[in-house]
Amino acid sequence: MRTIPLSTATKMADLVSLDFSVLGVVNRMGLNFGFGEATVEEVCREAGINPETFLLIAKVYAFEGYLPTSETLQRANLHDIVKYLKMSHRYYTEVIVPELASALESMIIPCEPRQQKVIWTFFQDYKEELSKHFAYEENTVLPYVEAVLSHQGGRQFTIGEYEENHSNVQEKLDDLKSLIIKYMPHQCNQQEAYKALFYLYTLEDDLRKHTIIEDQILVPVVGRMESHE
Amino acid sequence: MSNRILIIEPSAIITKGLEQVFSDLGEFEVCGILQDLSGIGESQLRSMGADVILVDVGIFDYASRPGIKAHLADFSEAAVIGILQQMTDEDTLRQFDGTIGLMDSPTTIIRKVRSALEGRTDTPREETEELSAREKEILICVAKGMLNKEIADLYNISIYTVITHRKNITRKTGIKTVAGLTVYALLNNLIDMNTVE
Repeated sequence: MRTIPLSTATKMADLVSLDFSVLGVVNRMGLNFGFGEATVEEVCREAGINPETFLLIAKVYAFEGYLPTSETLQRANLHDIVKYLKMSHRYYTEVIVPELASALESMIIPCEPRQQKVIWTFFQDYKEELSKHFAYEENTVLPYVEAVLSHQGGRQFTIGEYEENHSNVQEKLDDLKSLIIKYMPHQCNQQEAYKALFYLYTLEDDLRKHTIIEDQILVPVVGRMESHE
Repeated sequence: MSNRILIIEPSAIITKGLEQVFSDLGEFEVCGILQDLSGIGESQLRSMGADVILVDVGIFDYASRPGIKAHLADFSEAAVIGILQQMTDEDTLRQFDGTIGLMDSPTTIIRKVRSALEGRTDTPREETEELSAREKEILICVAKGMLNKEIADLYNISIYTVITHRKNITRKTGIKTVAGLTVYALLNNLIDMNTVE
């Protein structure tokens, strides 16, 4: 097993092969595959991204329970982290959720109309809740975080008010998984059910990391900045 | 007299941890530690005189796992507890007088060993229990959008009883939200579309 510490001098190809979830970070940060022997530093600089920020986020994805130290956070660019969160929202709403929707839609085609209807309605409600949650973050939380980071005044809000509404979104996602795994009528399209579950687990995993970045990295930093002003 | 424990476990960290758990009480004595069963003769195993054998299921290949206890019973009358580090199928679990997992607390481990010694088996909780008739009634109310208070009044039970039923429904079905329970009720023909709309 390799024990060389990860740094911005690590080759990008090596970092990516560490854990495939890092691929999502690469993709959303707009880094282009075909890294050759280039290091994290070189690839990020070329794309105009702070290498420390990229490394920090990649580590959150690759290592369960990883949290950056305050020194690491100081080297990173918090604005880039906010940008990353927004890119993730776009990825969820524009890529994963539509894929999930299309899998679910095909999954229920062989089912009875009333079954189709109830499953589809449940998914639509979940989708709407998810969009509302993202909209709240995009319109209220993240602009506030950016304002604090740029030391701008005008507070109608403090980060402490950032309510924990992640849990509800998570519960519906869990329910959707249970409903497919335990209660789907047998005549449903099995391949599409598998696909739907695959997207659900992918989304769940990614949202979990996303929440860690928000709640355990950004919120404490902003909280400290608030109390220093 | 203390009960003699034999640990068959390849991981030094786990055996050290188990020894620690048992050392604090005086009720148990670890009489032997083996990494696996290779090179161990019948007489050797017999002479250890273990009352309980803790054996890591992972040292056996998949096909021979259901026969672990039968294999050990050739050498020993000890109660056998499986150490589980991964999901294990039912045929394997059934044979043991108890099982312990790596996340079990010291008290849980002690309790399980005691109960294995008393010849009682800790049957794992059945996860796929059917809903009772009352739970189905309450689920139907929940799916129709009724509040706890309304359900309590309808069946003349306390709100706390309703909450307990709802907790059990969620535990049994694996579904937490009202919307999810409605889908469940419909897929299981407990309600029809007209009742929800």
